[in-house]
Amino acid sequence: MTATANNASATILPFAEPAKAVRDTRPLRLITCGSVDDGKSTLIGRLLWDTKAVKEDQAATLARDSGSQNDLGLPDFALLLDGLQAEREQGITIDVAYRYFATDRRSFIVADTPGHVQYTRNMATGASTADLAVLLADARAGLLEQTRRHATIAALMGIRQFVLAVNKFDLVNYDRAIFERISNEFREFALSLGVRQITAIPMSALKGENVVYAASSAMPWYEGPTLVEALELATVRSTQAGGFRLPVQRVSRPGESFRGYQGTVAGGSIKPGDSVAILPAGTIANVKQIVTFDLVRNAAVAGDAITLVLDRQVDVARGDVIVSLDGQPMVGHEFDAQLVSLQPGGIEPGKRYWLKSGARRQRVTIEPVSQLELSTGNWQPHASVLDMNAIGKVRLSFEEQAVFDTYEQNRATGAFILIDPDTLNTVAGGMITAKRGDLGGIHQTRSADGQRVLLSLPADLAEQLMASELFASRRDETEIRRLTAKQAAEIFTNAASDI
Amino acid sequence: MPLSVQETEVKNPPVSRPPLDPHLKALENEAIHIFREVAAEFEKPVMLYSIGKDSSVLLHLARKAFYPGRVPFPLLHVDTTWKFKEMIAFRDEIAQKYDLDLVVHTNQRGKAEGVTPFTHGSALYTDIMKTEALKQALDAGGYDAAFGGARRDEEASRAKERIYSFRTPDHKWDPRNQRPELWNVYNGMIKKGESVRAFPLSNWTEVDIWRYIQAEDIPLVPLYYAAERPYVERDGMMILAEDPRLQLLPGETVQRGSIRFRTLGCFPLTGAIRSTASNLEEVIAELEIATVSERQGRAIDRDQSGSMEKKKREGYF
Ligand SMILES: Nc1nc2c(ncn2[C@@H]2O[C@H](COP(=O)(O)OP(=O)(O)O)[C@@H](O)[C@H]2O)c(=O)[nH]1
Repeated sequence: MTATANNASATILPFAEPAKAVRDTRPLRLITCGSVDDGKSTLIGRLLWDTKAVKEDQAATLARDSGSQNDLGLPDFALLLDGLQAEREQGITIDVAYRYFATDRRSFIVADTPGHVQYTRNMATGASTADLAVLLADARAGLLEQTRRHATIAALMGIRQFVLAVNKFDLVNYDRAIFERISNEFREFALSLGVRQITAIPMSALKGENVVYAASSAMPWYEGPTLVEALELATVRSTQAGGFRLPVQRVSRPGESFRGYQGTVAGGSIKPGDSVAILPAGTIANVKQIVTFDLVRNAAVAGDAITLVLDRQVDVARGDVIVSLDGQPMVGHEFDAQLVSLQPGGIEPGKRYWLKSGARRQRVTIEPVSQLELSTGNWQPHASVLDMNAIGKVRLSFEEQAVFDTYEQNRATGAFILIDPDTLNTVAGGMITAKRGDLGGIHQTRSADGQRVLLSLPADLAEQLMASELFASRRDETEIRRLTAKQAAEIFTNAASDI
Repeated sequence: MPLSVQETEVKNPPVSRPPLDPHLKALENEAIHIFREVAAEFEKPVMLYSIGKDSSVLLHLARKAFYPGRVPFPLLHVDTTWKFKEMIAFRDEIAQKYDLDLVVHTNQRGKAEGVTPFTHGSALYTDIMKTEALKQALDAGGYDAAFGGARRDEEASRAKERIYSFRTPDHKWDPRNQRPELWNVYNGMIKKGESVRAFPLSNWTEVDIWRYIQAEDIPLVPLYYAAERPYVERDGMMILAEDPRLQLLPGETVQRGSIRFRTLGCFPLTGAIRSTASNLEEVIAELEIATVSERQGRAIDRDQSGSMEKKKREGYF
């Protein structure tokens, strides 16, 4: 979905294919990020306003509170959004707020995160559930370091669809060359983060151009979608392709005669008769029934909240994961992860934390390895405390066996939070990258299905490979880790005897 | 030897319905997930049941979440004694029909002191008979988690509310000190005396609620549907004139008209709207063109726009 099919870099870097027009009516979750004054409040206000999500009495309250209106006779949207008195008094937003709007085709949940203070922590929170990120840039300023930081965090949290809103386009005479320069620069950057679904849109949030309504008179040269059209066409992540996963939340025993395992399917699908393993124990059983309130079902897929009945008496407790025999998750004591530190105390090396993933809570100690330098995108060695807002690579050591997929493979079974045992506060959000095995930390192969090849390539070459159709079609079978040349060399040296 | 579900005794077995659309299904799945997580992690949960449409949806979801078992926690209704009569009748009928543990609490001190919406004004009355009463009931029950039907789209101060909303031992809500909430991994660890309010309907909008009620055929208090009813106009609100405790002020007369309610609470504080929507389809049709948000019918929200946040900080649900 690119407005500039004829631009020069198209021949070098393949652009995202247009998103398929799936009428997926599940709500699309998105996050909006921008630097202060890029116009994010104006944009969200405009979205709510033009999709009629602002009710008349709310608008009246708004008009009364703001007293003033902007030069188009619209209320000051920032007041509509800044819900909390304390913030309003200080004139800043400090937390994630959720907004709701809908079109005829789809409904949307917006995680609205502030662009300045604590943005890493807030963005990580908002991005954790988002399928798409809208990144704002002021057309006059172009891409800022802040924009790159936001994009980096969004990609790290697993978002694979970006919309770049080149805002305040009314202030640059709707100059096409400016749009192409900014959008090309952004595309290249996003591709370097592994994001291939990129839509850039020139817009004026203030005037409502290319937000909900097209602006063909102001920008006749722009043939791409409006923001809302782009959002309607975006895809909602689905984990139905991988192996079956059911983190057990509860064992239901309403009477002696019934025992069911309740949870939300976190990946794959299941039907009666399928064989399953209960992890970490590894016990095997067959599915006898899938019970829901809406009668007994003959199948369940990722996302469904179900009750599973097995064909034999086995030991299953809250926190266990019921999985398909094919494509099982990783079970072990040591894992690699990336995490975002969320609280003033930071994450301390060697301290015992509670880790919660799915319905499983267990003790873990953390060993920081490196920290992401957001200004450059480089990982720097870092073994001490990960301060609040730091993004780090860490090693996790469990006292009891843990069960994970990589976050890349499954966002539900690859994610976790850390809880400080003293304050009981949530202090980090994390994503599993690998199980620590014998190969210098390289991910174990998922099943014994033939050979794997480890390549170490320059990033730009890997980028082109990853952008190919063949690669995309077999993405599920590949594992990618970004390393410094030095780290890659080490892995090859350490693993030499096994290869 | 575990038996299948057909062989177990279940009250009110479910009926077959067409599948939900993917949007409502996603919201339902999320809510069920939250119900199960809270029920598993907390020692003594309770569900706040206000008898309104959101509570009705919440209860339906709870029944789904724990099926084929019973709802494994009690329902708490804070009865100010000024609720619509039809609400109380509906409450008792539902509790009986679905085999629920119902706890009803009234602030007896407030009642003894004669606190009424007419004599004490809406703010003070709400504070004593609702906020205070709720705290009393939660303390008395020793509940460490309370489910509520609040939605983030209801009011600006709720847009930042977490799904697990953390409360201090004196039930205070500190908007600046809420735990970050990532993915659907909820932190249910609390210290003694602390509690959470859990909001399974956080991501639902008013339209979702109505469409779900329709799709799942959820019974509601009839006051949500238009009918010819007696009312009095007071302070720009239409107040139902059925209860003998409503005394007419000079110049007021009882009128009759086709009215319904978009929200239900204490009858003297809940305004009706003129409507002819006498069934669900008509209510939804009316809603889709409506431009006035539902809370407008509630007197307590109208003082100033920060008022809900203030109430929440003090412990109002
Ligand atoms: N001319 C113009 N001004 C805009 C546009 N969008 C936002 N603004 C103005 O930019 C300023 C900052 O906008 P605001 O939405 O508060 O920015 P935020 O800090 O990113 O939320 C305000 O004065 C807006 O009126 C736009 O598209 N065109």
